[in-house]
Amino acid sequence: MLRFLFTRVSLVIPTFIGITLLVFVLIRLIPGDPIETMAGERGIDPKEHARLVHEYGFDQPVIVQYGYYILRVIQGDLGRSIVSHKPVIEEFLALFPATVELSICAIAFALLIGIPAGILAAVKRNSIFDQGIMAVSLTGYSMPIFWWGLLLILLFSVQLGWTPVSGRIAVLYFVEAKTGFLLIDTLLAGDIDAFRSAVSHLILPAIVLGTVPLAVIARMTRSAMLEVLGEDYIRTARAKGLSNFRVVTVHAFRNALIPIVTVIGLQVGVLFTGAILTETIFSWPGVGSWLINAIARRDYPVLQGGTLLIGSIIMSINLLVDMTYGLINPRIRHQQ
Amino acid sequence: MPHIRSLSAFAVTAALFSTPILFATPSSAKTLVYCSEGSPENFYPGINTTGTSFDANSQIYSRVVDFERGTTKVIPGLAEKWDISADGTVYTFHLRKGVKWHSNANFKPTRDLNADDILFMFERQWKESHPYFKVTSSNHSYFNDMGMPKLLKSVEKVDDYTVKVTLNAPEAPFLSDLAMEYAGVQSKEYADAMLKAGTPEKVDQEPIGSGPFYLVQYQKDAIIRYKAFPQFWGGKAKIDDLIFSITPDASVRWAKLQKGECHVMPYPNPADLDAIRKDANVTILEQPGLNIGYLAYNTTKKPFDDVRVRKAMNMAMNKKAIVDAVFLSSGVPAINPIPPTMWSYNTSIKDDPYDPDAAKKLLAEAGFPNGFETDLWAMPVQRPYNPNAKRIAELMQADLAKIGVKAEIKSFEWGEYRKRAQAGEHQMAQLGWTGDNGDPDNFLNTLLGCSSAKGNGSNIAKFCYQPFEDLVLKAKSVSDQAERTKLYEQAQVIFKEQAPWFTIAHSVQLKPVRKEVVDFKLSPFGRHTFYGVDLK
Repeated sequence: MLRFLFTRVSLVIPTFIGITLLVFVLIRLIPGDPIETMAGERGIDPKEHARLVHEYGFDQPVIVQYGYYILRVIQGDLGRSIVSHKPVIEEFLALFPATVELSICAIAFALLIGIPAGILAAVKRNSIFDQGIMAVSLTGYSMPIFWWGLLLILLFSVQLGWTPVSGRIAVLYFVEAKTGFLLIDTLLAGDIDAFRSAVSHLILPAIVLGTVPLAVIARMTRSAMLEVLGEDYIRTARAKGLSNFRVVTVHAFRNALIPIVTVIGLQVGVLFTGAILTETIFSWPGVGSWLINAIARRDYPVLQGGTLLIGSIIMSINLLVDMTYGLINPRIRHQQ
Repeated sequence: MPHIRSLSAFAVTAALFSTPILFATPSSAKTLVYCSEGSPENFYPGINTTGTSFDANSQIYSRVVDFERGTTKVIPGLAEKWDISADGTVYTFHLRKGVKWHSNANFKPTRDLNADDILFMFERQWKESHPYFKVTSSNHSYFNDMGMPKLLKSVEKVDDYTVKVTLNAPEAPFLSDLAMEYAGVQSKEYADAMLKAGTPEKVDQEPIGSGPFYLVQYQKDAIIRYKAFPQFWGGKAKIDDLIFSITPDASVRWAKLQKGECHVMPYPNPADLDAIRKDANVTILEQPGLNIGYLAYNTTKKPFDDVRVRKAMNMAMNKKAIVDAVFLSSGVPAINPIPPTMWSYNTSIKDDPYDPDAAKKLLAEAGFPNGFETDLWAMPVQRPYNPNAKRIAELMQADLAKIGVKAEIKSFEWGEYRKRAQAGEHQMAQLGWTGDNGDPDNFLNTLLGCSSAKGNGSNIAKFCYQPFEDLVLKAKSVSDQAERTKLYEQAQVIFKEQAPWFTIAHSVQLKPVRKEVVDFKLSPFGRHTFYGVDLK
């Protein structure tokens, strides 16, 4: 197990260098410079421009800038936003809980519906039910998030008035941010109405963000289950007279879990990508909309720091997922 | 019926958790919610460059002088009155007494606003040696753009409530310049305290102002919460709480307005306008904005150095068709380089008629009977004064082809576009302008004067015509508005004769506002200020 962990962790370092280098170079390839963008509509006097370019160190060769950047990152300094002039890490930490809260709810929604749907589709293979689930999940997978989000807002918020349009909580509630997770903060404050408001605001964005993972998980669960259900030991289990429910949930599902868990792990990346659009539509104050704004404003420090932090988080989660294989399947543990 | 059952389950859940919308909430406090379009850069207007940031800041800070709500007229602010010396170079401001500062967890003010605070506002942006010059950012964009570093000779404190500003030359728009947001006054006492505590940047993040509202909470990309300041020198605001609910997507803003989750929204999506007009709970306020979208001919490059060519081009393009097709109902065709809402607008000027035959004749006279080839730059971005530069360029291209002019449409990344256009690399380029201070000088001199035609100035037509220049410079140094008006009216006549631009349109600002909002006034500058606004 230790060697397994060691090989996994040692891969983190080259990935880290890869991410920083790629982001650093890529954002400098986008036309336009941050000082010009900062100056806004009116442009900027060339002298002032030169002074600011020098102040921010953008006049140095990219490789030198990269060197300084890495040195600072190693010391835990991700720089300051060019727009708000606040430390990148401070902005990230203030916004990240919102993204996590939304992502957790989205993945919970995807798991709660996707896994049972996938299992049912596999058990009732080729039935109308199976075909229906697969058709719906294919549609969900292909749905552009932007369009899907607006569609749900128009139907449930504007036409039916069941859910709020956007934001994290109704503006009338003033809840102090203790953990940054509104569901927890509202409960800590003992304000049930505010908690309800937070939940109601989560419903649509969680559905929108959870749709693609739901489709993937449902399809993966179905195919993994179909494979396992054809195995000899399932026939044996049935021959022993076990109930269908027990065969499916205990014998088949547990063995189908590995590919499913892998897919769930991979969905973390999908969630962050989806969060960027979902957060923009629902005015959700998370890191997704923060990064989108940073691209528009050419806020290099925010883009570099934000991508690095998100990259590190995705890497850690994938590492965790790899480790859980060992727990689910002892063979992996022992082979290593 | 599994489908219906699940739908109704969803409805029950949603209803269970649904939040009260604004009007359903029994509350004695009057809360106005404004669905703003983005987060402010910070809370120091001196370094802000976006309207979004100015909106967030103008509620908090007061200025020496102000613009009257809904107009470009300068009225007293922190200065009750002022005297201007006969030569127009010395301004003596007499400050209001008893102006209170806001307070927050870091700072409780011990004194009222006085001359030291006014000096702090100037010096922070002006003197590189000032301890606050570089705090947050050293880019005091508007202070520099309004020419303050060159213009100011000295700013002195005469006594606690009198400030004397001496200029290097007379400058008629000076008062208007001081009414702009960048001149918001911060507390020097707070700044000193934060400097001592080693956290000077807090001054710009947790602001202390003397304006009608104080900041209660700011969550990036989510919300800005203000409360009316009871001791505001102009009297307490009519509303008690002001909330900026940050909503970047225009269609979502409209959905929130429709549902009553906010009262006022900026920048509606043109596609939603029909639906907005049909909603009985919403009114759309309209006003031509203080802006202009134009196509500039590079008057230093052939063939546009010939006024006949420029005139011919102006007559070849069908302005009405362009405005109808691209601006829909949100623009009015532009005749003069300044908008009709601005004082000194010359109403007697007639626009060049759309007349391709006459244009062709004029072009032949200028030595181009078969037309010529040129470039035609289209901005890569959408701007209030130009919602779709590429489409406009295509329409122009088609019109010009009819008189034999082959125009090739070009575009660059926005920063690059502006830089190259200012360097004069183009033959024809679209650009536009939104006024800063409501003074005609801000259009006629900034965009068409000789000094901004040099180097990388904003006069991208590179138009430098002495008779025009003389009028505009004279108008800048005279303080009598009636006399200035005459000079600017003449300048507009010359502009039309010389045709350095094809004036396209002034965009109309459209502001959907819910019916229960009372006395919200459109700002010609496109700002959103809520002092004076009430709720039914």
